Amino acid sequence: MTALRIVAPGASCLVEDLGRPGLARLGVGRSGAADRGALALANRLVGNAEGAAGLEVLLGGFRAVAEADAWIAVTGARGPVLVDGVEASPAVAVRVPAGAELELRPAEHGLRYLVGVRGGIAVPEVLGSRSRDTLAGLGPDPVAAGDRLPIGPEPEAPVALLDREAAFAPVDGPVVLELVPGPRADWFTDAARALLFDTEWRTSAAADRVGTRLEGPVLDRLVAGELASEATVPGSMQVSTSGQPTILGPDRPVTGGYPVIAIVAPASLDRVAQLRPGQPVRFRHAR
Amino acid sequence: MSVRLLPSGPDAILVECGSQAEVLALHEALASDPPEGLVELVPAARTVLVAVDHRVLPLETAASWVRRAMQHGPAQHGGADVGSGSASSGGVASAPPVVLDASYDGEDLDDTARLLGIGAAELVARHLAAEWRVAFIGFAPGFAYLVSDDWPYRVPRLDAPRTRVPAGSLALADGYTGAYPRESPGGWRLIGRTEAVLWDEGADPPARLVPGARVRFREAGSSPGAGS
Repeated sequence: MTALRIVAPGASCLVEDLGRPGLARLGVGRSGAADRGALALANRLVGNAEGAAGLEVLLGGFRAVAEADAWIAVTGARGPVLVDGVEASPAVAVRVPAGAELELRPAEHGLRYLVGVRGGIAVPEVLGSRSRDTLAGLGPDPVAAGDRLPIGPEPEAPVALLDREAAFAPVDGPVVLELVPGPRADWFTDAARALLFDTEWRTSAAADRVGTRLEGPVLDRLVAGELASEATVPGSMQVSTSGQPTILGPDRPVTGGYPVIAIVAPASLDRVAQLRPGQPVRFRHAR
Repeated sequence: MSVRLLPSGPDAILVECGSQAEVLALHEALASDPPEGLVELVPAARTVLVAVDHRVLPLETAASWVRRAMQHGPAQHGGADVGSGSASSGGVASAPPVVLDASYDGEDLDDTARLLGIGAAELVARHLAAEWRVAFIGFAPGFAYLVSDDWPYRVPRLDAPRTRVPAGSLALADGYTGAYPRESPGGWRLIGRTEAVLWDEGADPPARLVPGARVRFREAGSSPGAGS
């Protein structure tokens, strides 16, 4: 089996597919790529099934050598993608000849590159998925320099010249996300619920696959006291005791003890994965 | 049973019950009759999350399924006992209890007993005598929160959680008991340990204790069938 040899993983490089749904009752979250649309796109571009395992590279600084001729596609964050020093186009299938080095330089737009590899990253599955769950410590270890990541057999589908969905670079300015009501919206004052939509929030540096904290005014509670822990869904926005909202990510705990005021609509969820620290965020009601 | 159906996005409903016992009964009823398109069924202390693939199981249909389960209790199969919410056939609740061997030598045993105003021996005896049920799993993969009608004690978590709790540690917090499936940080009060494998990624299911299961503890060293 051919492989991708990792020279430098960058800030963080994780193997991710679309996760392991259906195990929350056993305390195992779905996990999976933070930007699911970007992984699915990268996979389609190289002829893989949408859920094949790829690499999620935070910010860049990633370098890897293909042991045999390989096809890759880089989606999600935008920044310089080089094959043996020559810049390649984003969001298209790119040939990486045997022995050539693929390099992802620091992203200029967005935060997380998704790298699809024709054949998929073929590390062993854990509980039906190749995703790394950073909170639970499940799945393949974070990718390290010197790792040899096996590449699976060629899929039947050809490498795609174009995808039916145009790929846009993540935006740099204010990002608008759609919200639907959360199960505990009634734990908050009317003023807090209005403030949620009237505020330009700032993405905190405290952002990872577990959650993305937002900085802004305090969201006051109507109901005091503790909430018994309850299961959350992807995109749940929980509000801490101090009144700060956090959008829960793919590696969130299966249950949480803070009230969920709202939920980021599925159509907006991938954009949360690409928010950079300090980036402004606004919310609007999902239509 | 009176429950509230709370919104949880386009693919889920959060069902709020009045008590932990109602959660157990509702979860059991739902788990005995899962419709196609159900993705997750996650019990917790006061809620059950019902997550669906709405293309297969529309949210409104899932809501009707929940309302039906509340009215009728667990689905019956093959002429099993009717009426008792805790005795459906075929479910984990009617299976014999999982027996876990335990040594009661935890670091916090004496302090915890003192906090409760009882002796350590009494705490251990009550823990051994109680029949426990897995109310839900949280905090970490396979970490079961066990409850029992036979357990009258509630204890606060430690003020400062330990950064490292060994796998197999048997512990108390609030009205629950539980055992750490893997080494992790933790704020529960350690009363003992078990050698039982509680989490195995290669097993199906990977968790030894699943929601609804009955659990008993047995003092390590006492032989099977020899009583206590």
